[in-house]
Amino acid sequence: MNTLTQEFNVNSPFLFAAVAIVLAMVIAQSFFFLIRAWRQAKVLGIESSKLMSVVKSSAVFTIVPAISILIGVIALSKKLGLPLPWLRLSVIGALTYETAAAGAAANAVGTSIGDTATLLTASQFTTIAWIMTLGIMAGVVLTPILCRRILGGVDKLEKRDKRWGEILMSALFMGMISAFLGMIFGKVGNGLTGWIPVFVMLASMVIMLICAVLIKKFKIKWIEDYAMPVSMIGAMALAIPITNAVNSIVK
Amino acid sequence: MKTQNMSYMDGTHFWGRIWTWGMGVLLLAFPAAICLYYNAWPEATGFLKGLLAIAPMFWAVGTIEVITYVPMLGAGGSYLGFITGNLTNLKVPCTITALNKVGAKPGTPEGEVVGTIAVAVSSIVTTMIIFIGVLLIVPLTPILDSPALNPAFDQILPALFGGLGVALIGQNLKVAIAPILSMVVLFVCVPSLAESGAIFVPVAALIAIAAARLMYKKGWLK
Repeated sequence: MNTLTQEFNVNSPFLFAAVAIVLAMVIAQSFFFLIRAWRQAKVLGIESSKLMSVVKSSAVFTIVPAISILIGVIALSKKLGLPLPWLRLSVIGALTYETAAAGAAANAVGTSIGDTATLLTASQFTTIAWIMTLGIMAGVVLTPILCRRILGGVDKLEKRDKRWGEILMSALFMGMISAFLGMIFGKVGNGLTGWIPVFVMLASMVIMLICAVLIKKFKIKWIEDYAMPVSMIGAMALAIPITNAVNSIVK
Repeated sequence: MKTQNMSYMDGTHFWGRIWTWGMGVLLLAFPAAICLYYNAWPEATGFLKGLLAIAPMFWAVGTIEVITYVPMLGAGGSYLGFITGNLTNLKVPCTITALNKVGAKPGTPEGEVVGTIAVAVSSIVTTMIIFIGVLLIVPLTPILDSPALNPAFDQILPALFGGLGVALIGQNLKVAIAPILSMVVLFVCVPSLAESGAIFVPVAALIAIAAARLMYKKGWLK
């Protein structure tokens, strides 16, 4: 056995190769489920045009959040190299968790994500990689155990009282939306700068309402595919002048 | 058991389990391979300290996400979404938008396939964008990292949930009022809770369900 230790580098070709293997499997899994669902959709008699519109709107919807994930990869790559953040944020990871996990893991091995001047040792790197991987495994372990039971429960409920089942599902959606809408108000106590997220949310709402009017009143159907991305990108673009205006008032 | 004789849903659960646990093993193999290749092992105290700092919170949030998001994403969407991740900021809103667009309801056979297609397309597009971004990282970094663009990317969640809120609340105004008001009041009064994020999704969902049940019993929701 080769006992010589390879020279470690956070951007070594070995790490890139390992990431490539995992990402290839993720793509394979996505295509596997996509093709199965597509075939089943045909069995159910859903028209191709409807399915294509799902594909188009999902793809367009994904672009901006994916770019924000890429920014997270760039931010973490300064300390951790590219392969680890690339893998963590492409598989299971979410921007909010991975940034926090990398920060906590880096602190635990006596460094910080912001300290880009000192290089990580191989041992520090493997510690961070293990912590980030084990921290995020809940969904992987629990989904196969709970998925069928949860869906069975929902199904049973809908069979007992169909209308209540539907209301319950919308209540679940509303719960999720409310928690995140509520969080946007979390910083209003900090003065005017704390209101920036609220102003951006309102901008997004107004753009969405304008899209709705264009679709319903003026019958401009094609906007339907782009209403969500347009309101998101529009509000993000407006966040720049809003933030600058608020900062100039506060100063 | 022969997979070709299974119903679509049985097959989805069968293959979903194999893929999810298989990918789980592969994900653990990544840090293990680095340890073996470089003969470099985690520092025990650092490892325990780091894991204790994040695992309890992340596993709590992960458990809540499974319970809350599985009914929304459906079986295929869940098996795929819990591997490809970025659920709150991407997969779940993307699925809701797709279901809304074609008028499919979660939990129905149509909702199941539409949810799976939405999550699959979103996962493929995300992986491709990050891949292209990593290839072009040298020219892209100064643009994406520029201070002028920072405020835009800092506000991605308000920008996302504002539009999504209008699309969903419009259809369920009565069901939306109680959870939205209670969450806004909660986070305004106790701002530190806003940091814990997803933990409050089930709390808001329970408030929404309780309020909806009350209105349903009173006959206010037809």
